[in-house]
Amino acid sequence: MNALPCTIYLSFTGALLTLLIGKRSALGARIVALATALLGLEITLSAALSYIPNPHGLTTLVNTPWISQLGIHYYLAVDGISLTLLILTGLATTAGILFSWNIEERVGEFFALYLVLIGGVYGVFMSADVFLFFVFYEIAIVPKYFLVAIWGSKNKEYGAMKLVLYSFVGSSLVLAGLIWTYAASGASSFGLPDLIQASSHLTHIQHIEIFGLIFFGFATLAGLFPLHTWAPTGHVAAPTAASMLLAGVVMKLGAYGCLRVALPLFPQAIDFWQPIIACLAVLGIIYAGLIALIQEDFKYVIGYSSVSHMGFVILGLISCNLKSLSGAVLQMFSHGIIAGLLFAVVGRMVYERTHTRNLNELKTMGLGKRLPFVACVFVIAGLASMGMPAFSGFPAELTILIGTWKVSAVWATAAAVGILISAAFTLRAIQLAFFSEAKSVTSANTHAFAPITLPEKLGSILLIGTTLIIGLKPDLLFNLINPALQSPYFENIIKGVTS
Amino acid sequence: MNFNYTQLLLAFSPEITLIIGACLVLGADFITQKSVPLSQRVTQSILVGLITLVAAGYLSYTSNQALDIPGIITFDPLAYGSRLCIIILTTLVVCSLGATPGRTQPAEYISLLLLGTSGLIVMPAAQNIILGFLALELASLSLYILTGFDRTRSRSSEAGMKYFILGSTAAAFLLFGISLIYGATGSVDLNLIASHLNSHPLTPLTKISLIFIIVGFGFKTAAAPFHLWAPDVYEGAPATSAALISSVSKLAGFAFFTRLLSLGLAPLRGNLSFKDSSAGWLILLAVLTLASLLIGNLGALAQTNIRRLLAYSAIAHTSTLIIALMIFNTTGASLIIYYTLTYGCALIGIFTILGLLDPEYKSGLITDLAGLSKRSPLLAGLLGLYTLSLAGIPPLAGFFGKFFVFTFALKSQGLSSPLGILVLAGILFSAVALYYYLGILKQIFVKPSTQAPLTIKLNVATLAALILTALVIVVLGIAPQLIVN
Repeated sequence: MNALPCTIYLSFTGALLTLLIGKRSALGARIVALATALLGLEITLSAALSYIPNPHGLTTLVNTPWISQLGIHYYLAVDGISLTLLILTGLATTAGILFSWNIEERVGEFFALYLVLIGGVYGVFMSADVFLFFVFYEIAIVPKYFLVAIWGSKNKEYGAMKLVLYSFVGSSLVLAGLIWTYAASGASSFGLPDLIQASSHLTHIQHIEIFGLIFFGFATLAGLFPLHTWAPTGHVAAPTAASMLLAGVVMKLGAYGCLRVALPLFPQAIDFWQPIIACLAVLGIIYAGLIALIQEDFKYVIGYSSVSHMGFVILGLISCNLKSLSGAVLQMFSHGIIAGLLFAVVGRMVYERTHTRNLNELKTMGLGKRLPFVACVFVIAGLASMGMPAFSGFPAELTILIGTWKVSAVWATAAAVGILISAAFTLRAIQLAFFSEAKSVTSANTHAFAPITLPEKLGSILLIGTTLIIGLKPDLLFNLINPALQSPYFENIIKGVTS
Repeated sequence: MNFNYTQLLLAFSPEITLIIGACLVLGADFITQKSVPLSQRVTQSILVGLITLVAAGYLSYTSNQALDIPGIITFDPLAYGSRLCIIILTTLVVCSLGATPGRTQPAEYISLLLLGTSGLIVMPAAQNIILGFLALELASLSLYILTGFDRTRSRSSEAGMKYFILGSTAAAFLLFGISLIYGATGSVDLNLIASHLNSHPLTPLTKISLIFIIVGFGFKTAAAPFHLWAPDVYEGAPATSAALISSVSKLAGFAFFTRLLSLGLAPLRGNLSFKDSSAGWLILLAVLTLASLLIGNLGALAQTNIRRLLAYSAIAHTSTLIIALMIFNTTGASLIIYYTLTYGCALIGIFTILGLLDPEYKSGLITDLAGLSKRSPLLAGLLGLYTLSLAGIPPLAGFFGKFFVFTFALKSQGLSSPLGILVLAGILFSAVALYYYLGILKQIFVKPSTQAPLTIKLNVATLAALILTALVIVVLGIAPQLIVN
């Protein structure tokens, strides 16, 4: 438990080490990066195993004054929700490094930026001081630009800039909202518990205004319609490991910010914003799904599917009852794993061998026969993504729908249509990419593809195993999530709506 | 005004040291210039300059409010902190001087620089507007010459001439404004002016004088719409002079005008709010803030020359500093000093590196930096650090500077006030700023390089200056309370 903050420091140290080693030996840098990721995963897992839910909410890890004049503390604390997402970070990082094992260009720098990003993400999930939260959040933004712009593919500079500017505008809104809250409520510190107490002094109008700033600021990163447009372009432009992280973890930062900061600080604003945000979320689920249905580029399909699935998270969050919230957190975890897997298949396992992501071209290659392992992994990932029982997506989306139903049957029904669409575009992608008859034999599809490497196999097994385990026994995570949601920290928001 | 010459000598000991140092540099160079090669003359001048600055720094470090001469000079926190920071920043500039190759007259350059510094450190401390104006002129005249110092480049002479003509016009405005204030109050002592203005309401005369003073302020701090000199000067001046103008001169200017406006002309503050605004310098400054924010950020988007981009970004940064000035009476000096110190360090670092690259990149385009990370990883890394600090990315100091100003501004006024709107605009425009800063970083780190690795030999002093500026940015970022408290 107490070792958790080390994940942050480890990541930053690992970044420095890979940068130094990378110049001499690419393999060395890869091994250091992998070791860092595995160590982080080990720390988060063992912390989760030994974690005893704290009925008061957050369990403090570190709390020392940082900038005393403004009451800013270096305050790290966790509860079951943070732990869930920390495990996700550990898993996604490890898998991402396994799937970028073959990067040859500027290896040291790649893993250094990657690990800085991860350090920031770990920090966000543990911060209990909103200022610290923001600092880590920003640390996670800048490396994304370089990861995408240097190692990306198609339109990489454009995608990178769009991605970073969207994130940064979102975070500026958050910053404005946070400073406003602090200044207007007369809070004595930026600590979350203090701010929650102080924000109850704000007027109703202020609640509504500031909630809007902060929620939409965070939701930009979570891919809320219509602020989602960075996500598909960014995901497509990014190198595989970065897409895995972006979809797997970074989008969760936004959703986590909504859950950890926006909702508990301004429970009075929920009634006002709920219909608006829920409508946007549902629109996003359906719209992104429909767009995914007609994409030619394999990676765009996955990019839009991410937006669609994140819509469920937002819908769950804004429905604000125990079921929907716990479903939303589980969906964050589940989508992080599944999206990572999908991107790994498309960006690494298929693209690196076929050098095309165009579904019409892939159709002629007969990949199902020639890359059976990849086809198998993608079918499993696709099933999981569609919400097939036995995979983690099923309990997550089902719980969200049950929770949402209690608030509005219309939203729940509309979102359920979204699940159908998601099945449609996933099956279409599977069909086109892997199981179309190879009609013409050209030189492009006669030469043998490079065999699947060991890191690719390990990464796939890691992610598939996780989604299966959680799918079969979601209580593993629900037992972490639910006590946290029932703690006093969230009592205002949950009471506020379901009465 | 009761004081004796010992008191005067003690109070002005750093200035006196600097002036003696300026003479010594010239004298030493005069003696050795025939017998010694140029490179040694450079080293010798830098050494004398550094010793002088360290001595002056020590003297101003030990000065305290006991040395105050009422009505002439004061050593309150604003003055004390600004003086110390000015000397620190100037020292860094002098350290980086050896990096600028082709300097043919090292002694003249350093002696002018020391002379200018002696004026700059009087500016934040002057309680007497005539003394303050004289200090400002001493500093400005030195800076005009330093700008046009590189006589081999026509750009430099052009910049020097522009700076001189526009600068003296602005100084004339300022002087006229000051004289009107004297006419209205019958005093040149800021405290007496304040107490006189307190008992007399705003008259047309003082209103006009305020406008004139704000023109001078806008010019000195490069606030839009008085910013037009900045891009040309940043582009044309030798790198070290540009570093000086962008860092030290800005700090001294802000300290000077903070004292003039927030203390001397405090009764003319007026009121800035949506409901009951009243005339005063707050409103004028709000206009300047908004104009600088827009013109600085949007202007920077269009730049292809890195120095012109820095000039526009400096204009944008000015807007944040003006907000800090507007809330000076509730927060004290630490905000302005923290911001200008960390900002100055970043710019000194950037200009030092640009100076090092000058022989390579004659055109000064941003695209010339392409692939710098391959050609010189150290310089690229440092340049990246400074740029990210300017962009306000935590945990670097540039972020905290902005954060403190915005937080205290909202704390004092709330968001639903003109100041709150300015803060909101400032926060949102930081995303625009990130775009052009990322444009620089893109060239450095993303674009491939077509040229061979750089073989720049860094001398010890330059390296020390670069590392120190980087350290300030990182350490003050992680531990901002060092200054803020």
